[in-house]
Parts: sequence; structure tokens; C-alpha cells
Amino acid sequence: MAIFLTKESKVIVQGMTGSEGQKHTKRMLDSGTNIVGGVNPRKAGTSVDFDGTQVPVFGTVKEAMEATGADVTVVFVPEKFTKSAVIEAIDAEIPLAVVITEGIAVHDSASFWAHAGQKGNKTRIIGPNCPGLITPGGSNAGIIPADITKPGRIGLVSKSGTLTYQMMYELRDIGFSTCVGIGGDPVIGTTHIDALRAFEADPDTDLIVMIGEIGGDAEERAADFVKAHVTKPVVGYVAGFTAPEGKTMGHAGAIVSGSSGTAQAKQEALEAAGVKVGKTPSEAARLARELLVG
Amino acid sequence: MDLFEYQARDIFAKHDVPVLAGEVIETPEAAREVTERLGGRAVVKAQVKTGGRGKAGGVKLAADPSDAVEKATQILGMDIKGHTVHKVMLAETADIAEEYYVSFLLDRTNRTFLAMASVEGGVEIEEVAVTKPEALAKIPVDAIEGVTDAKAREIVAAAKFPAELTDQIVNVLKKLWDVFIKEDALLVEVNPLVKTGDGKVIALDGKVSLDANAEFRQPDHAALEDKAAANPLEAAAKAKGLNYVKLDGQVGIIGNGAGLVMSTLDVVAYAGEAHQHVKPANFLDIGGGASAEVMANGLEIILGDPDVKSVFVNVFGGITACDAVANGIVQALELLKSKGEDVTKPLVVRLDGNNAELGRKILSDADHPLVQQVDTMDGAADRAAELAAK
Repeated sequence: MAIFLTKESKVIVQGMTGSEGQKHTKRMLDSGTNIVGGVNPRKAGTSVDFDGTQVPVFGTVKEAMEATGADVTVVFVPEKFTKSAVIEAIDAEIPLAVVITEGIAVHDSASFWAHAGQKGNKTRIIGPNCPGLITPGGSNAGIIPADITKPGRIGLVSKSGTLTYQMMYELRDIGFSTCVGIGGDPVIGTTHIDALRAFEADPDTDLIVMIGEIGGDAEERAADFVKAHVTKPVVGYVAGFTAPEGKTMGHAGAIVSGSSGTAQAKQEALEAAGVKVGKTPSEAARLARELLVG
Repeated sequence: MDLFEYQARDIFAKHDVPVLAGEVIETPEAAREVTERLGGRAVVKAQVKTGGRGKAGGVKLAADPSDAVEKATQILGMDIKGHTVHKVMLAETADIAEEYYVSFLLDRTNRTFLAMASVEGGVEIEEVAVTKPEALAKIPVDAIEGVTDAKAREIVAAAKFPAELTDQIVNVLKKLWDVFIKEDALLVEVNPLVKTGDGKVIALDGKVSLDANAEFRQPDHAALEDKAAANPLEAAAKAKGLNYVKLDGQVGIIGNGAGLVMSTLDVVAYAGEAHQHVKPANFLDIGGGASAEVMANGLEIILGDPDVKSVFVNVFGGITACDAVANGIVQALELLKSKGEDVTKPLVVRLDGNNAELGRKILSDADHPLVQQVDTMDGAADRAAELAAK
């Protein structure tokens, strides 16, 4: 089962012919992802060779979907063109768009998010500025290394890419159902809550690890959601306790403004909702391990 | 990036938001000529990126050009909440009858934009939001539709602005929305928006924050940066394309990925509790690549920080392979040595993930006297804190 992405997913790559797109398409293919095509209007009709696997290039997302039955797109196009690429994916009504590109202007992400709403939210957006998601042993849509861990029964949702990898590594012997990197930008598509809801409903997930960081109130709202709707055990970790007020810490959304968006407030909200919160990533991993295997 | 008031004023003027004439100066003498140009009287306003400057004495009325020089002398060099005043703006005087508030901002929670407006302007809006929430209208603005005439009228009605000002304020709101959209702003705030004695609506003081991610289509924005105020280490790091924030501790930090680096700062601060409360000295995310050159640039910045007593390099090899990172560290130390830099601070390195074994072996073989390896993040943080406390 897993969430959002399975072995059956048919994946296309917008921006597959660019250098990042090619590099990561190869990695995705190597980890068993069913890549059925790429999109580039200037190279439509050609194909790209990945160690003997010919992947056809289509002119539009719609054409790629009609020809291949694709249901997932991974977006690697440069930040200048990302908004139009995502809007194209939304208009084609592809069920899942994973936006890897970083450095997206907030007006662009707010605009494609509003566009998705106008079109009835038929497309789930993950990202932007995220590592994508992986269902170990099933499929890999994005840039998460596939060889860190194996299939298992932990669900992971995280704002940070490298902390996703770190947590997958810490719990690599137990394994994961799906790991979702939602990104740390101020405006993102899929939220902690969306992933929590999906993991709660997923029969293959027994425990959920959620990783947050300073900025916004997504973790606080996720805590409310856990309290009201999640019956599975949840372990949390929040980064940024030592971040000074008013400074952006790497991710565009990682900023404490005045007294809002602090790690302390997030940790307290999560603990009040019954989430076990680790002081360090390793401690969070230990808590998850104790809950799952005793 | 937050702008100074005078920069906000200029951007407002560019987009036809009604503002008063104003000019920025950095020396008191310049006040005379500017005040003459403004008609003989001026308001002298400290340019600092913080609130409460009026209460601190940073805004003064000058009755004539000589008085303006005197007031500018008083205000320049003043300290307002830790911000030194390097510039003052001289602005036309206004006959203020009423003070209002309007703003557009990003609403992260609802992933859309928000208009806020109130007839209770001229005071801290956070205070109005707490003491008199009913006086602060909040109206969502769709990112695609934007502020149409109808939306502007909705905002005016919700804030209960006087009926006779409706058309003027609708115009101001539409122009401010132009600023918000065309300049890729995250915040456009006017406080106060004033009604003058003769019934005109003018943006008297403005706050604008711009989206750094939009620089690719906003070539003019780089010039708005306050380079003088930047920490020299932060400026040097930025020039090298590094994502660096100076903090006030003793343990230099290098890591890959924003989340992991933030987490590293926290873990070092916890470890420091047992070691004379040493703290992280900086945030530095070298990103996915972690080439020798990037590592050398990062190490150079951190070793150049006199506060740093030890360095913690915390890398999880995801896409990056740890052997490449290890080679990067070895080459970086050689590069710094060849540049004649005297590297004397101990480095604690933790490598995990992709090719970690190989990476660790490279560092062991290199056997650099200043480099120590610890296999876990928590353990390495403890070691780095201990070394910084020595």
C-alpha cells in the first residue's frame, strides 16, 4: 500500500533533459521507479537513453499522460519556469506533482497553489523545494537516496531533506512504508497534516515520525490534527531551537518572526497532543524504536 | 529582505502610491539644502529597521533649514534598540487629521495573501490586534485574482473607513497591490496611512519586505541591500555564495542541508550545557555538492571567525558521497595551508550515509593532527563542545 506513491505509479519527469533532471532520472530508474517519459516541448518525439533504457520525451504533460497513463510527475525545471510547469501539470489533472526545484518565489508557489484549488485540487502537489518521496522497494519520485533503508512499517514526513535521510538511516533496520519530504518553503502543497491523515489510513504504516522546523504554524496545526484524528503512535522532532529571531535559516520558510514560529512552541504543542518528541534526531529515532520494537 | 522607510517610499512613488516628498541623507550638513528644497520645513526621521523610533526620539520636526541640520545632528549616530542610525530621511511636513493602517502580506497558514486594514493607525498594529481585534479587518486576497476594484471596496467596508475617503483608499489599495505583486513583496505595510486636513489620503510611513527567491526577475533588488549593516563574515560568505548566518557561540558549524544544520546547532547547544555552556558560532549549509572548493570556502570563513574555538563538520551523505566530502576536507586544509593560513583550531568530523566507511578511511589515512572523527552526531557534538570549552 504505502501512501501517495506505489510500485504501480507511472512517473514522468518535467525537465528530464536538463542536467539535474537526467542525473536524477537515472537514479530513480536505478532504484526501480517506473519512469515512462519526460516532458520538454523542444525535444518532443526524441528519447533519452539511460543505460539502454529508452525514455520517450513528450511535448506536454497531457500528451505524456495520454501516451503512457502516467499518474505522477517530478518537476526539475529551473525556478524561472517552475510556475508554468506546475500549472501545466495541474491543468493536465495528473494526480501527483512532486516539485523538487528550490528557490521558487513565494508569489509563484502561492499562485500555483491557488490554481490547483480553482481546478478542484485534482493534483496533489508535494514541495516545492523538497527531496520528493520514496516508498522503499516500490517507487522513488525525487532525489531521496534509495539505498539508505528498506521497506518497513514506519511512515516519515519531514520539512527537511537531510534530516529525512538521517532519520531513514537511524531506523534503517526497521524500514519505512513511505518517506515524504514536504519542503521548508513558506508555501507548500502537501502538509504534515495531509501526510498524517494518509499514514493514519494506510494499513502498511504502524508508526509515524514527523520532522518539523522553525517558521509558520504547520507543526502546531499538525499537533491539533494528531490529537483529534491520529490513533497510531507519532514521534516528533523539531529543528531550530537555537535559531535567532528574524534570520532565515537556509530554508526560505525557516524563520522565527517575533515570538511566532519558535521550535519551543512547536515542541510544546506536539507534546501536548501526545507526540513523543526527541531532543535530537537520534533521540527521536530511539523513541520510535522503543515504541515499535520495545 | 526588509527595506528602510526611504526605500519603501521610493518604491511606493514608483508605483504611484501617494507619498510625500522625501530625501535621505547621511550627514547633518546635507539637511540644509534638502529642507530648502522641501519648502523650508521638514520632518527628520531616523532610518532604522525596527519599530518604536518615534518614542526613542528618532523623529523630530525641523522648523527651518538650520533647525533641520541640528535635528539631523541629534538623530544621526543615535542608538535605537541596538540599531545605529546611519541615515535620516527628511520629508515634507503633513497636516495630519486621521491615522489609519493598511497592509498586504503572505498568510502562510492559509497559503494565500491577506489584506489587513484598520482605522486605528499610527500605533503598533500588533497591539491593536490584541487589545481591539474587532478594529483590525482581515480579508483574504486570492493569489490569482488579486486586488480588484471590488476587493478593494470590500477591504474599505470591512475596516469601516469613512465613506468620503472610499475612492481614494480604493486607489491606494490597488496601487499598494501593484507594489506587492510587481516587486515580489512578502509584506507591504502603510502605518500610518493618513488623512490630511484638506482630506487627502497619503502613505506617510511604509514597511516593505522583499522575497529573496525572486531575485531572478528583480534585478534592481540587489542594490537595496544594506551592505554596511551586514556582519563582515556574513558578507564574505555571501560573496562566496555560501548560506551562512553568524551566531554568538564558540563552535563553528559546517553541515549539508538546512534542516540538518539547524539540528546540528541545537545538538551542539545541548552538548555545550555540560561544557561551560559553549554554543554554536554560526549556521553554514554547504548544500548537496560539498566539493573541496566549497568546503575550503566554508572552512576559511569559519576559521576566520575569532570567536570560533573548535569546528564541527557534520555531513550526512545522501546524494553526496562521504568519500568526496572527506577528500574535500583534506584538500581544503591543504588549500588553506598553501594560502599561508595558519589552521590551529581542532576539527571534529562526523560522516554518515553514502560511502561513510570510505570517507572515514580517507580521513584516518590523511591523519591530519587537527582532525578528529566521531561516528555519531550527538557524540561528535559533545566532542566539539568539549574542545571549544578548553
